[in-house]
Amino acid sequence: MQSIDIEGTSKTPTVNLNAENGLIEINGRSIPENSVEFYKPLVDWLEEYKKLPAEKTTVNIQLEYFNTSSSKCILDVFKKLEDINKGDAEVVINWHYEEDDEDMLEAGEDYESIIRVPFKMIEVAE
Amino acid sequence: MSFTVQDLYTELNEGDVLLAYKGSITPELINDVLDALESKLMDFNEHSKIRKKVYNVLVESLQNLYHHIDEIPLDFADQLDPRFGILLVTKNDNNYKISTGNFVTADKIKPLKSKIEKINTLSNEELKGLYKDILVNNKISEKGGGGLGLVDIARKTGNILEYEFKSFDNKYFFFILNVLVSDLNINR
Repeated sequence: MQSIDIEGTSKTPTVNLNAENGLIEINGRSIPENSVEFYKPLVDWLEEYKKLPAEKTTVNIQLEYFNTSSSKCILDVFKKLEDINKGDAEVVINWHYEEDDEDMLEAGEDYESIIRVPFKMIEVAE
Repeated sequence: MSFTVQDLYTELNEGDVLLAYKGSITPELINDVLDALESKLMDFNEHSKIRKKVYNVLVESLQNLYHHIDEIPLDFADQLDPRFGILLVTKNDNNYKISTGNFVTADKIKPLKSKIEKINTLSNEELKGLYKDILVNNKISEKGGGGLGLVDIARKTGNILEYEFKSFDNKYFFFILNVLVSDLNINR
């Protein structure tokens, strides 16, 4: 399965989706006006990946900013991961937040309470 | 009674003005405004908590404007851009105020007002509950975040949303939203 590599911009994150090693990484800023357009390829990729996922999928997500329009799309991404986790494959979501960024920690906790996938909250230096 | 946008602009223009804009609200303008504000916040050596909150609130405010500007009064259209809005960011000590304004038709007042009033009565814990409820249950609209913007702003700032509707003519009102990001709860 083809991996997805998207370079970040000032409004959209860097994305690497790799089916071989089960590594999913989303880094940077996610504040586009039209987030559905940006996230659709990711959700589609996960839908395909779901059919034959790696034994263990590790998700590293580290966002400096994200807007409310992205928050819905990120939930859609997590829902796909939840589906994968329901099967035999294992999924873990590492939610990174910069130290002192309580809003970002809380955002991660919001998702953790909605999505049935193990979350790890990881504080990183600014 | 009508008002002039210029008067309003002047009226809102108090404190140290970091950014002031009136005109078309486009994705390009939003980029420029965000870049400009970010570099100013860096210049001030602002605490990262405040810096991020101000930036986040500005993103939501601008994108709310962008998604919800639909039409402007006809007699206004000759003079100004079709996607007309105003933006002011002012600083007073360590408090930042973000004001936005746009035309709305009279029928939008009631739902908008009741939404803001509801948000203003909620505690932080209740805002969190509402945010999650909208996040899980509302479909994302073509217009954007599916109604999360104002809830997010209230949640992040911990302040009430100040607003005003100024009558322009029978059909149109100018909606002004003032958001305060204060550093009262920030530990330094």
